[in-house]
Formats: sequence, structure tokens, C-alpha cells
Amino acid sequence: MNEFKGSQNYVASEELMGAVNIAMVLQKPLLIKGEPGTGKTMLAEAIAAALGKKLIIWNIKSTTKAQDGLYVYDVVQRLYDSQFGGEGVDNIEKYVRLGKLGEAFTDEEQVILLIDEIDKADLEFPNDLLWELDRMEFHIPETGRTVKAKHRPVVIITSNAEKELPDAFLRRCVFHYIAFPDKELMGEIVKVHYPDLDDHLLTQVLEAFYKIRSLPQIKKKPSTSEIIDWIQALVHGGVDPDRIVKEVPYLGVLLKKNEDMDALRRNWR
Amino acid sequence: MFEDFLYLLRRNGLKISLTEWMSLMEALDKGLHNSSFTGFYHLCRCLLVKSEADFDRFDRAFLEYFKDVPFQQEVSQELLDWLNRPDVLNDYANWDEEQALKNMGLSEDEIEKMLRERMEEQDSEHNGGKYWVGTHGMSTFGNAGLSPKGIRVGGQSMYKRAFRVAGERKFRDFRRDNTLDTRQFQVALRKLRQFSGLVDLPPTEFDVDNTIQDTAENGGLLKVRYKRPRENTVKVLLLMDSGGSMDYYSQLCSALFQAVSKSGHFKDLRVYYFHNCVYARLYNDPTLMSRNSVTTDWVLSNIATDWKVIFVGDAQMAPYELMGGYYGRSNPDGPQCGLDWLRLFRGRYQNVIWLNPSRRPQWGAYWSDTYDTIAREFPMFPLTVDGLEEGMKKLLAR
Repeated sequence: MNEFKGSQNYVASEELMGAVNIAMVLQKPLLIKGEPGTGKTMLAEAIAAALGKKLIIWNIKSTTKAQDGLYVYDVVQRLYDSQFGGEGVDNIEKYVRLGKLGEAFTDEEQVILLIDEIDKADLEFPNDLLWELDRMEFHIPETGRTVKAKHRPVVIITSNAEKELPDAFLRRCVFHYIAFPDKELMGEIVKVHYPDLDDHLLTQVLEAFYKIRSLPQIKKKPSTSEIIDWIQALVHGGVDPDRIVKEVPYLGVLLKKNEDMDALRRNWR
Repeated sequence: MFEDFLYLLRRNGLKISLTEWMSLMEALDKGLHNSSFTGFYHLCRCLLVKSEADFDRFDRAFLEYFKDVPFQQEVSQELLDWLNRPDVLNDYANWDEEQALKNMGLSEDEIEKMLRERMEEQDSEHNGGKYWVGTHGMSTFGNAGLSPKGIRVGGQSMYKRAFRVAGERKFRDFRRDNTLDTRQFQVALRKLRQFSGLVDLPPTEFDVDNTIQDTAENGGLLKVRYKRPRENTVKVLLLMDSGGSMDYYSQLCSALFQAVSKSGHFKDLRVYYFHNCVYARLYNDPTLMSRNSVTTDWVLSNIATDWKVIFVGDAQMAPYELMGGYYGRSNPDGPQCGLDWLRLFRGRYQNVIWLNPSRRPQWGAYWSDTYDTIAREFPMFPLTVDGLEEGMKKLLAR
């Protein structure tokens, strides 16, 4: 049986690993929510790597339609071909291209399908996928073909909670909320990225980082990717670890807004 | 199996359907809870709860239902006898600050694991200590213990500190009835849309897909198709109370204002300000300067009846400000008091709601009087995520 236990490059909490395994055993999509920078997208990559399976990513944009994930019927190309009497114009199959979901269904092996940032799309988008995700099949009326999953893909869906997802859709998912990592877990995460990092530097960095996050005046709180970049800047600049908490060098890497920087200077003690 | 729990959760406002409940049963059947109580908690949560906003509700219900479930491991009768000692002294002689802090830092899993280890090792009665399973001590398990965290084994619950995972209620801050930030406002406002596809408009927009399709079927001879434009037809008139008692809610109101003005998906949007109640003039900015104002009559005659009107205000003022004929009477045939002006709006516009950042005052008829009067005139909703959503539904009703 497939079981996920975190991977070399991804530190997962026990709860999260539990949720991943529950979703795999029950064959339901796993819906992941959480603050930006908590590693939602990374999770799918980690699962794929840990289980040695292929990862198919479907990036959702505001203009994405559910249909795009299934297949696209390229009428324009067909019209164009017909004008010039190209070969095989009668064969509609030639003009049907499978989308990401279609790709995942037709793959010869079980794959991991990541539907990234599903909340970016229109409010109705998730509803349009209910049947396809439930039954793992869809029909192409143009050719009369039914595409059915050879192996049920493991479906991971991420959301930033920009839009509410419909109840009917939620009922079919296993839900997990990734809370922002605490100091200890963050230490482990940093260690994965910088195995040789000096312990003293790490403690100082973590202290400063969580102190900044705890300031209520900061509007856009720095996240995991920012602390990783910050450490790189600190190491590269050869900053003395004892100066970190007092002076917060390279602040621009952590805070991206002018007002946040001002707020920090006013409130830093 | 424990169907009562399902109904308890539903009573607590969690919309759990049979689909989810059956998934839980299937998961338990497959042993996905790993035979541990913590595992069971996580399993329930990830299958039954679908939003971090509901985690707190779930935690409370879970706690209520399972708080009296004794620790379900194989506990020997001998151990239970040692523990069943309600006669131990009720004093804090065994309190150990250092141990308390240490115990606070332990996770529920660690405590469960420690307990399992101890039960294998223990061979005698221990009371008042900090390591073994015993009564009145500082260890993380046993009965009538003083540790701030722990698992109760047997006996009567005395200090109620034996925690359940849910007892920490870590997700309290995510509850939906909390007031909200701009993004959540925007999400709620998106619900306020009425596509012109539903409205009877002539098809004027060039339809590329169908034109190509039909042309292809027509053997390559051009056949042009048009479709109805699909755009939001909702027009919003936002009227906001400013100054005085509203200053307490200025942040909340500015968040709403930003969400409304930024969302940009309304066909048209007008914002005016008033103080306490609408009288003869409405103001263009929150500073309420009369040189930057328009007459309310002008607004009423120029804003068509199909606009959706949203009032934002705490509806708390001195009664004479609403009922008295003192303010803004410009013409003897026109409105005589604030309430008359409000009624003009209610009469003219089909969809009007009042969003209130404040609760109904619990004390003093003086303040709640005007609140109640206005709530009788307009459907009133609290300025929270839930309230805003309800309000949007009301605005879309025909």
C-alpha cells in the first residue's frame, strides 16, 4: 500500500501525513488550505517524489474553465485545414486535445494530479468538476468517446480561500488546513534547505522572524519563502549573528511594503 | 455507532451530510485512526469539517461529546483500584512549578505514548509523584492530578485539567462570526451579481465559437452568430454613517468601503455619507463638508429604482434625531424628520438593506429605541461575513 511519510525535502506534520493517507485510502481528493507560503504546492511535489509517481500540475487562473481540464476541441484548426483540403479533416479525434485532467486519466500509471489554487477560477468552477472527480471519467460528445481513468489519480487541490468553495464540492473532499509552522518546525524546515547552518545563527533568525510576525501592525506577514531568502542574504553578507535580533539587517527581504517597514522601525525594541 | 455525535455537530451549526458521515465510517472500518484517540480526532476533523473557520465549533462539540469518555486502553483492575482514591488531600503540597511548565510543553501524542510505557513498567501504587500513574501528583496522567495537562485514568474528575486535544481550541481566531478583513468582504460582495444573460437584452456580442462551429458545418461559408453580453448589471448605492459613535467602527467601515470600491465588478457604484441619519443633504466624503454635498432629493430623483441600496450605520442616535422635526426640514410638504427621509428611500428602492457594525444596545432604551425603529423599516444585518452574505441574498431577491 502507498503510504506517505514526508520526504527528504519536505517536512510534514503528523496531522498532514495522516490527512494525505486518509485521502489516498478513501480515494477522495485532498483539499489543502493555508496561509500563502505554508508549502501547499510543495506538498504535491513531495508526495509525488516520496511515492515515486508522476506529477501533473493543473494551474488554475481566473479565466480557466472546467472544460479546459478535460479536453479542447480545436475547431479553428479544423476549419483552417478544411479550407486547404488537409488530410484527416473528417477525423474529429485529431482535433481533440486532452487537458490536464484528461492526461491524468489516460496515463498508463497512477499519477498525482495537483489542481493548484482552485479558488482563482470562477465561483462555479468546482461544481463543474463534481462528476468528473467523483466518477473519474468524462464524455467527449464530438467524438462519442468516454475517457475513463485507467488508474484513479491521487488528487490534491490547493486553495487560498479567496473564494468560498461550494458545499457539494467540499462534501467530496478530505480537508486539511496547514497552520503556519511554529518555531520548532520552522527550524526543521530551514535545516532542510541549509543543512550546514550555524545553530546560533538559526536561533537568532527564528527569534527575530517570529517577533516580526507577532507585531499586529505588520500587514503582510513574512512567510516561509521569505525566511529562506533572508537566511541566504544573511549568510552571504556575513552578518554577525548577534546583530540580527537587534538590527534586523536586509529587512527588505522580509517585508515588501513601505508601511510595514515603517511600522517595524517604530515598534522594534 | 455514536450517531448522537453527528446530531450534536449538526446542532452546533456544522453542515455535515450523510456522505461525509459514511466516509468517516468507511475510514474507521479501514483503521485509518491508527487506534489512537488523537488519530480519531484528526480523522473526524479532516473528513467532517471543511473550513478552518469551523474548526473551533468542531472542537467544542468534540469536547462536549467525548469529555467523559474514559481513557480507552487496557487498564488493569489493580491500577484502577490504586487510582480510585477520592480521599486524598485537596491541597497543592505536591505542586511543582518546573514540572508544570514541562508538562505544558508536551503534546497529546507524547503524553499518550508515555502513559502506555508507564503502564507496562508500573507495579505498585504511586500517589503525589510526578512520574508514575497515580493520584494527586504532577505527572501527566492519573487521577485528580495537579498537572496543567494530562490524561485522566479512572476515578472521578476532580480538577478538570485532563485535556483532550480539542480542549486547546487553537482555532478560535478563525471563527466566521468574527468581523472580517477586506478580502473576505470582497468574497461576500462577489455574490452580489446578476448577469445580464438572465436579463432580456438583445444579443449584441460577437460569438466566436459558435460562428466558427456554424461556418464549419455550413461548408466554410461564413455564418455569423451573436450572443447576449454577459456582464454584471448590479448598480449599488452605498450610504455610510460617519462620525460620532461610528468612529469606533471606522476601520471596519473603511474595510467595507475598500472592498466595495475595489471589487469593481458592479456596473455602477455611488457612495455618499451622512451623520446619524439621512436628512436633506448627502455628503461626498466622510468629513461631511456642506460645500461638498448634494441634496438628498437630487439623489432620489437621479438614482433609478433598480439600484441596490446599502446603508451602513450603527442606527444609534438620540431619538429626536430620528423622530424630531428639528433637522433638515426644507419644505413643509416634504419629509418632516429623519425617519421620513429613510422611508422615502424604502419606498423608492426595491432592494434596500441596512448593515450594522454594532450589536443592539443591551442597556438604555434611549439608544436601542432608534435601533429598533430602523430595524423595523429596513432588513438589518450585522457587518460580519455571515451578515454580509445574508444581506447580499436579500439584495438579489426580486
